[in-house]
Amino acid sequence: MMDSDGYNLRLYVAGQTPKSIAAIANLKKICEKHLPGRYEIEVVDLIKDPALARRHQIVAIPTLIRQLPEPLKRIIGDLSNVEKVLVGLDIQPS
Amino acid sequence: MKADAKAMPPSHRAAGIEKSPTGINGFDEVTYGGLPKGRPTLLCGSAGCGKTLFGMTFLYKGAVEFDEPGVFITFEEQPEDLIQNVGSLNYDLQKLIAQKKLAVDHVHVDPTQIAESGDYDLEGLFIRLGHAIDSVGAKRVVIDTIEALFSGLENHALLRSELRRLFEWLKEKDVTAIITAERGDGTLTRYGLEEYVADCVILLDNRVQEQLSTRRMRVIKYRGSAHGSNEYPFIIDEQGITVMPLTSSGLAHQASAERVSSGIPDLDAMLEGKGYFKGSSVLVSGMAGSGKSTVAAHFVDSICASGERCIYFAMEESPPQIIRNMRSIGIDLEKWVGKGLLSFKARRPNLYGLETHLAAMHRDVAEFKPAGIVVDPISALMSAGVTGDVHSMLLRLVDFLKEHLVTALFTDLGGRPAETTGTAMQISSLMDTWLLLYNRESNGEHNRQLYLLKSRGMAHSNQIREFILSADGIKLREAYVGPAGVLTGSARLAQETQDKAAALVREQEIQRRSRDLERKRREITAQIEALRAQLASEVDEETLLNRESVVREEQLATDRVAMGKSRQTAATAAEPALKAVDGSKSRLEKRRSEKQ
Repeated sequence: MMDSDGYNLRLYVAGQTPKSIAAIANLKKICEKHLPGRYEIEVVDLIKDPALARRHQIVAIPTLIRQLPEPLKRIIGDLSNVEKVLVGLDIQPS
Repeated sequence: MKADAKAMPPSHRAAGIEKSPTGINGFDEVTYGGLPKGRPTLLCGSAGCGKTLFGMTFLYKGAVEFDEPGVFITFEEQPEDLIQNVGSLNYDLQKLIAQKKLAVDHVHVDPTQIAESGDYDLEGLFIRLGHAIDSVGAKRVVIDTIEALFSGLENHALLRSELRRLFEWLKEKDVTAIITAERGDGTLTRYGLEEYVADCVILLDNRVQEQLSTRRMRVIKYRGSAHGSNEYPFIIDEQGITVMPLTSSGLAHQASAERVSSGIPDLDAMLEGKGYFKGSSVLVSGMAGSGKSTVAAHFVDSICASGERCIYFAMEESPPQIIRNMRSIGIDLEKWVGKGLLSFKARRPNLYGLETHLAAMHRDVAEFKPAGIVVDPISALMSAGVTGDVHSMLLRLVDFLKEHLVTALFTDLGGRPAETTGTAMQISSLMDTWLLLYNRESNGEHNRQLYLLKSRGMAHSNQIREFILSADGIKLREAYVGPAGVLTGSARLAQETQDKAAALVREQEIQRRSRDLERKRREITAQIEALRAQLASEVDEETLLNRESVVREEQLATDRVAMGKSRQTAATAAEPALKAVDGSKSRLEKRRSEKQ
């Protein structure tokens, strides 16, 4: 399903907080609209694996990291500002 | 130094909050026990004043000495750098990490990598911190420097509320925490963290005054506890951080009646024959080359010879040079260094500020526990501080030394006559014994003189003595006090020669006069003999005269009888009698003519 310009996105959350839930929903909406079929989302709950927070340098929650394409990009927040998410992930609005 | 804490009134110790000792030399005395246990403490100060080291020492000592594991969250330095930096202090962090006594986490926030979209919180940081604390069972946490978040994240209002939450959370976790912060313009911290951390605030400072930097520490606030409120100097060196609790102990120290020899028998003789009081302060003032260091070396030698320890703070000469120089007057200091009784601390006065010097001396004395110290010369420290400071610094040093019964000898170099030097004016009142060394010029030569200006609590000689540096050390010569004043050197020799000549003349005069008298006496004796002889002959004469008169009376009587007979008898019978009368008569007449 992934092609060369596919997006591998990882969203770090801490439990089922309103911000986390909002972030997941917002991310899905944006991807569906602007990256249909070209994205993969992985949600990491740091409550379940706290060691990952250190390993992946997570400070703020929620944090979205664009693993692919390179280079690595980070966006923090509940992703309610769509414009900033598109800029941050370097996505051309369709 | 522990004595300081014990000496505190019990109210300061028993009451109030539980404390967590930092293990930082001196700091726990200033705060009467350390940081507030289970609460966050704000540690602020400008760049390079030792915040990170303070925090790291707190964790290291906690893990090693108090069995309290710790977590170090660093926002600025890489863990590898951190480990390396404190490696120079022999803090082996790698080992502690391996033993699960320490966790180091580097939180990297790069504003260029992070975009913000919508609402967020710092739960990630909380999770990391919580995980680190749980992984080693931490009791101590250091966060260095959390303000880095302000430059990494845009939403400051959110950050502030999150920090407030963080500090509350740390309290709930019951860890003793240090949060470091950069000092702001006119405020304690750049982002006003003091609003959130209100229990204990400590300020570190590194001031430069006349090109000399002095590190100082102050406890600005300590809720629920007494604390020293002064600024305390601290030093960072190969032994880590040392804070000097320079609380002047006031004037309550014990006075010892014990005596310490000055090392110069002749000088001891001037001090009731016993020397200085133990724990007293001695000032030796003099111009260059007047022998101050030599007096000091004698003192050192005498202390070490009695098996006690001594520290020599050399401000102007290197230890090998001092050792060499003192060997020339027959004092071998090297042997005491070898035996571990003498410790040289050579520090240039301008190496650091006055307070730091003092702090270093305190630490040396507390560590080495000497019976005596020498500061040679104390006047060199003038260049390390603003003039007024020297007095207060010495005051504290002297108090400290007296409290520990350390006899101190300070030398003071005066360019002008010793009485008027600035240092001398300032510090003389602190000194118990004050020796003045003169180097007086007269008759084309300089001669050394020593005068005991004061010596509290003992009868002491008021004489100016000439002192001579010989291969056997210092010798004091009896002062020559003549009609021309106190004389020294060749003038003294000349005067002594003159005196000898005069004495010789007087001696000869006396001899001459006694010979005269002898002669007269003999004459009179001779006269007496002559008179006595005359008297004897007069007595003989008289006796003879008396006898003759008796004989004549008898003769007359006989004659009368004979006369009577001759008238009756023949003329022939009267002849012998007449002859006898003629004989005696002619002899008598002869005597009479002689007398006439």
